[in-house]
Amino acid sequence: MSEGALLSFESVHAVYGKKIRALKGVSLEVRAGEIVALIGNNGAGKTTLMKTASGLMVPESGRVLFEGRDLAGLAPHRVSRLGLCLVPEGRRIFPRLTVMENLEMGAYARAGAPELAREFDHVLTLFPVLGRRRGQLAGTLSGGEQQMLAMGRALMSAPKLLMLDEPSMGLAPVVVDVIFDIIARVNKEGVTILLVEQNARRALKAAARAYVLETGEIAASGEAARLLGDASVQKAYLGL
Amino acid sequence: MLAQQIVNGLSLGAIYALIALGYTLVYGILAMINFAHSEVLMMGSFAALGAAALAPSMFGTGVLALAGLFAASMLAAGALNATIERLAYRPLRRHSRLTPLISAIGVSIILQNAVFLWVSDQSLAFPQPLSGDAFTLPGGAQISALQALTLAAALALMVLLHLFVEKTRMGRAMRACADDLEAAGLMGVDADVVIAVTFFVGGALGGAAGVLYSMSYGSTKYNLGFLPGAKAFTAAVLGGIGNVRGAVLGGFLLGFLEVLSAGYIPNGAQWRDVIAFSVLILVLLARPSGLLGERVAEKV
Repeated sequence: MSEGALLSFESVHAVYGKKIRALKGVSLEVRAGEIVALIGNNGAGKTTLMKTASGLMVPESGRVLFEGRDLAGLAPHRVSRLGLCLVPEGRRIFPRLTVMENLEMGAYARAGAPELAREFDHVLTLFPVLGRRRGQLAGTLSGGEQQMLAMGRALMSAPKLLMLDEPSMGLAPVVVDVIFDIIARVNKEGVTILLVEQNARRALKAAARAYVLETGEIAASGEAARLLGDASVQKAYLGL
Repeated sequence: MLAQQIVNGLSLGAIYALIALGYTLVYGILAMINFAHSEVLMMGSFAALGAAALAPSMFGTGVLALAGLFAASMLAAGALNATIERLAYRPLRRHSRLTPLISAIGVSIILQNAVFLWVSDQSLAFPQPLSGDAFTLPGGAQISALQALTLAAALALMVLLHLFVEKTRMGRAMRACADDLEAAGLMGVDADVVIAVTFFVGGALGGAAGVLYSMSYGSTKYNLGFLPGAKAFTAAVLGGIGNVRGAVLGGFLLGFLEVLSAGYIPNGAQWRDVIAFSVLILVLLARPSGLLGERVAEKV
């Protein structure tokens, strides 16, 4: 493990149930300030990796470190309070809470912090539509708006590292553009990003570095631009 | 006459509604039926009885005595409910939904038998700090002091619950957990704490109902909770289990159904449970998720 890794996986094995080996000795790292993409087919273990990092799954062996701290045994709410926040697949906003209440839930662990008001404004600047819909029940938002809300909610927790699981899934291309613009902007503002995407091309264009996950193992890694030009990656993930 | 039936239906329904809230709050978060809830309210009424026996000077008549009964019952029932959750449900939370259900039935049987064997198998007289006076309402209906207290207490507790759930940080966390427990955890919410609070609040409401129910019978008994518990559970399902307003609506509807069947149908007093539950079945056939049991449409 090199110095300066914000998040690192050290030979992590993870098992679903008793049989399905979802991660088979995965090692990777995300350094402060980076956008790192994680690409791979369905069932490659991308979501498992995110769940393992966020405390939703416990690795069978190996270590997950955040800021050098072993996350073993930490429940999701503890991991989240350390500044490692997952925006899960399918967005998982709170449908019967209003948009505003969803954002307040993002700041749950920081209630009363003096900078909260400013961050509300900041999130509403990033996603103006959320401000217009602030009193509306979140379940009535469109898919794109729900994705924005899920990201805004996560940002309210003031994460150091934001993990985004399939943020573009099921969204219209124009909305995908908005989401990727926001990812770049949030990253420029200092939030490190780990991005899981089906849309490998978009992910590789947005990221500085990337890992390719195949059936639970890292099959390739390196600079995103290089992977984008790699013949085997092109064949397997970019449809070229 | 109708006005009188409305008064009677309201006060009976208020008790069902208070108990139904306990079922629905827990179900809303864990999708679990807390079958021990009926025993929690019974234990609350015994706690009130115990407190009155320990401090008889405080529990004469009047407001102070009433407050003492409610405080003892609500605190005991709330704490007991949270303790049951911690010991008997939480370790099973990640297992199939059936497992904690069986555990709840077990707790229910254990509590009933514990009181039956260690306290009494008889009805025990319950303190009656209220006078037997009745007031005549405009329209000619009579409302007893106990009925008036039941309505006032239930209303006050429902308003407090509403404010708690809608306006406080913990209440918002409860609603978030009810929507998506796992996502709430990802947002830094300690689900264990929220669930414990939910059980405490639900238990305390049950404890208040236990006092009111015992006062209306003038006594309490080891199986006091069974019937109102079963009916309140029914009320919660009728209103749409998991839905707070549904529990209140279902409780009052069931209270009215029973009272009106008893009042207007020949031999209705004997048939009132049959009639009430037949209506329940008809309502559920038409609306399987209960009257207010509709979720917000979730777009994908």
